[in-house]
Amino acid sequence: MAQPPLPPPPRAQTSPGPVKVGTAPNRRLGSVRGVLVSSPPGRRARLSSPGTGRSSSEAREELRRRLLGLIEGNRVMIFSKSYCPHCTRVKELFSSLGVQCNILELDQVDDGANVQEMLSEITNQRTVPNIFVNKVHMGGCDRTFQAHQSGLLQKLLQEDSTYDYDLIVIGGGSGGLACAQEAAILGKKVMVLDFVVPSPQGTSWGLGGTCVNVGCVPKKLMHQAALLGQALNDSRKFGWEYGQQVKHNWETMTEAIQNHISSLNWGHKLSLREKSVDYVNSYGEFVEHHRIKATNRKGQETSYTAAKFVIATGERPRYLGIQGDKEYCITSDDLFSLPYCPGKTLVVGASYVALECAGVLTGLGLDVTVMVRSVLLRGFDQEMAERVGSYMEQHGVKFLRKFIPVMVQQLEKGSPGKLKVVAKSTEGPETIEGVYNTVLLAIGRDSCTRKMGLDKIGVKINKKTGKIPVNDVEQTNVPYVYAVGDILEGKLELTPVAIQAGKLLARRLFGGRLEKCDYINVPTTVFTPLEYGCCGLSEEKAIEVYKKENLEVYHTFFWPLEWTVAGRDNNTCYAKIICNKFDNYRVIGFHVLGPNAGEVTQGFAAAMKCGLTKQLLDDTIGIHPTCGEVFTTLEITKSSGLDITQKGCG
Amino acid sequence: MEAGRQDYNLLVIGGGSGGLACAKEAAQLGKKVAVVDYVEPSPRGTRWGLGGTCVNVGCIPKKLIHQAALLGGMIRDAPHYGWDVAQPVLHDWRKMAEAVQNYVKSLNWGHRVQLQDRKVKYFNIKASFVNEHTICGVTKGGKETLLSAEHIVIATGGRPRYPTHIEGALEYGITSDDIFWLKESPGKTLVVGASYVALECAGFLTGLGLDTTVMMRSIPLRGFDQQMSSLVTAYMASQGTRFLKHCTPSRVQKLPDGQLQVTWEDLTSGKENMGTFSTVLWAIGRIPETRSLNLENAGINTNPNSQKILVDAQEATSVPHIYAIGDVAEGRPELTPTAIMAGKLLARRLYGQSLDVMDYSNVPTTVFTPLEYGCVGLSEEEAMARHGEEHVEVYHAYYKPLEFTVAERDASQCYIKMVCLRKPPQLVLGLHFLGPNAGEVTQGFALGIKCGASYEQVMRTVGIHPTCAEEVAKLRISKRSGLDPTVTGC
Repeated sequence: MAQPPLPPPPRAQTSPGPVKVGTAPNRRLGSVRGVLVSSPPGRRARLSSPGTGRSSSEAREELRRRLLGLIEGNRVMIFSKSYCPHCTRVKELFSSLGVQCNILELDQVDDGANVQEMLSEITNQRTVPNIFVNKVHMGGCDRTFQAHQSGLLQKLLQEDSTYDYDLIVIGGGSGGLACAQEAAILGKKVMVLDFVVPSPQGTSWGLGGTCVNVGCVPKKLMHQAALLGQALNDSRKFGWEYGQQVKHNWETMTEAIQNHISSLNWGHKLSLREKSVDYVNSYGEFVEHHRIKATNRKGQETSYTAAKFVIATGERPRYLGIQGDKEYCITSDDLFSLPYCPGKTLVVGASYVALECAGVLTGLGLDVTVMVRSVLLRGFDQEMAERVGSYMEQHGVKFLRKFIPVMVQQLEKGSPGKLKVVAKSTEGPETIEGVYNTVLLAIGRDSCTRKMGLDKIGVKINKKTGKIPVNDVEQTNVPYVYAVGDILEGKLELTPVAIQAGKLLARRLFGGRLEKCDYINVPTTVFTPLEYGCCGLSEEKAIEVYKKENLEVYHTFFWPLEWTVAGRDNNTCYAKIICNKFDNYRVIGFHVLGPNAGEVTQGFAAAMKCGLTKQLLDDTIGIHPTCGEVFTTLEITKSSGLDITQKGCG
Repeated sequence: MEAGRQDYNLLVIGGGSGGLACAKEAAQLGKKVAVVDYVEPSPRGTRWGLGGTCVNVGCIPKKLIHQAALLGGMIRDAPHYGWDVAQPVLHDWRKMAEAVQNYVKSLNWGHRVQLQDRKVKYFNIKASFVNEHTICGVTKGGKETLLSAEHIVIATGGRPRYPTHIEGALEYGITSDDIFWLKESPGKTLVVGASYVALECAGFLTGLGLDTTVMMRSIPLRGFDQQMSSLVTAYMASQGTRFLKHCTPSRVQKLPDGQLQVTWEDLTSGKENMGTFSTVLWAIGRIPETRSLNLENAGINTNPNSQKILVDAQEATSVPHIYAIGDVAEGRPELTPTAIMAGKLLARRLYGQSLDVMDYSNVPTTVFTPLEYGCVGLSEEEAMARHGEEHVEVYHAYYKPLEFTVAERDASQCYIKMVCLRKPPQLVLGLHFLGPNAGEVTQGFALGIKCGASYEQVMRTVGIHPTCAEEVAKLRISKRSGLDPTVTGC
């Protein structure tokens, strides 16, 4: 087990002077900004007990981190016992000074004894109250009153910032910006460092991160463009008449989308300015504890210090590491601003990014092939994933399964040019060749954590994935460094999750709040030609966790009313819920494949938060005629094996 | 009469959503069931097949023509997204109507087949009560049949009301019973009324490119949240629907060229005005189909004002073995899915040892106006009236659907509000959503409200990005705060 890294907990000291916990080198006295906030005394901090089933040394380390986090995160932190008269005196003192304190009552938390022991290790003081002011260990009740009389306490209370910033956020994506702005709203001095390293094809973009620039936003807009192509087809069936020739112009579309993105970039900048967050368009690297080096486009370096850091650098598309990939292939980083129509395209990968891009390009009328190494949409419900794939296949997407590219060669330059791709079977010696105008790699994403000096300050990363492990309050192994978003190990790579995590983190750090980000039952939608929305567990995962015999799966096909007159596929749209028989038929998985799946899924996700059961679904009245109403009339169980195809209208 | 000597265990009068659901459920539970259905032609002579209002002259054709209108909007959006659509773009009513009508006919057929599959006897006869266990049915040709049953369910629904006191209304006007079955485009249309039927019809006619005017005496969408209602009409006005507010028609005359000249009074100025239209559509309300049933022969009580049948929580009328469900029953929401559920639950109570009664609270619904309006639970007014203004907190937001940005659409009326109790945990009392796909968005949240969702729980739900529905989970601004509720940025 690796040694817990810096900052070193201060050694036990017996000297009467105040001791700085987590002392940072090169600290400077900052401007005096501590405005006294009056608040009702007795705000309680709570510690959730560390996870079970881990070694005691891990648990101890976890506890130490939490305590240091509390000490660092609060202007005044009091470890107290609710019945202790000395503690009461101290609380009254701070209350009379109008100072907001964070109080942890050791007699009211489960692991109070452990906390007390750890505090004695950190401060060499076993008794309560145990008081910290601006990260400085005051001592107990008497010491605090002495300090009050000598004026030291007031001085400490005012000596708020010894760093340039209360918080520096590295990465101006969804999570980083949300965290930075929330911290600024709470009165903190905040900086955001954001720097987009151009893609191998030279694509770069503005503030806002993946979602805004090369993710959700342009993706959904292109998806909409493809859906409109479908709508144009449908419209003739609904009586609309216009010239037969309808062509798509790639440049018009990308220009419109890029214009919208520019307005969002601008909006983000404006929003940071309005909230007095300093935005620096530079690459951030840790150089020592609490200090970061920012390098701008011209190579000029500046250094900044902060009490706390949030890493929110996100991920970038992965390359194959084969001949020709970085030279000739594009990724989702490039596609949405590609200045020319990509033409005949090979999409490599079966991630949701791969399938969404392939769906869009096909919808715009291009010849698209998807090369898949193994399964579609790994991690998602595999029945749903196969249905997504088969709809795409029926609507013109070609799939090459069990192949991986081994070489990409340029045959012709141009916009687009011509590329030869050689691929080999994953099952045998067979190789195949194909010629495409564009090869789009969508085989996964890598965390941007390896080139930012994390090793300098000892932030642990998963060596293999580059992801950062954090505890349930998004804290890394270095107590003053936190992380949110796609770089978190074992968490979800979704914009709204990053935003929620970032906001709640800022509120916990600076707003005295306790609410943690809840990563359970997070809904999401894959915007493939037929959209797939889900919340909760996949059928496979549910079986793994609860065992098949304890589950009941209800499912059905449905035919959206709008598809009938349009003459579109019956028995394609599909709804499925997974219920736990032994928990009142609680819905633990929700899956829908159909138009507007995102809009449908959102409300059901809210209902799952409130403990949705099959009975409640049955008792709820449908909204007629919608797709969503299908969930209020699910009757057929998968285990019954009954036919779910729709013959006419029910 | 004794039980068991009747022709049927269950006789359902009315083959609409509620009646068919009840009949099929009872048949599935092994009972001998008959459905009698008869469509009295509209004053314009329109008639249709089995399935009732929803299938023939309601939800189904309405939503399909709404979709046709939405597709018109998408054709206009398409060039912004790079599609080269050659001008001019025209709409052929005939073609649309034929497609919609063919689909409806396929549903009529489907209902017939389903009844057959479940051995439910179907009679295309017009029923009236002879006594409390017997009805007399008359065929189109005038042939009479007597049918008796242990239990009888009345599910005859309602029909549009004509303002018979207005000269020319009946002779020259049409209603929603006719609009979906018109072979030719209605042309320049005056829609009279402010019900959801009126606004939906006016919305799709405008969307199909017709010159459309709505004439309303007082407020739009009575019974719905009034702030939402005024946003609904504001959006319609922005899309070209004309509104004549505080006006009431007094006369309809046919001109020599076949056009209809409508005279109306402007209630604000007291002045009389005149206008010429190709079609006048009345959408001023609906009346229950109870008059020809001879309910008095069975001793069934109705509300003398509404003419609807009085029922208890079990859907029973004043005669214990006779029930009424759907639009014909007093105090019930006039919605297909409520009728279906009420019918099913009734059959299960009668024959399936179930005790479940229908819960008519928190029924979600959606008005398919050009900008759709979905709601569940209480309106703001109702919440204030029930709980007092000081106990209600309203969270709201004006948002812009992502798809509107590139299409350069105006999103001024895209608005969401959640009405909550003010006291933590701030139980959600009502949700109101105005925007694209409102029906799809509202359905799931209706479940949430059913589960007793609090404001905090909804806020803890992670959004699905980028959707319109995620804005519901991000409502942070309370009306009380007075802060700007416009969602900015991403």
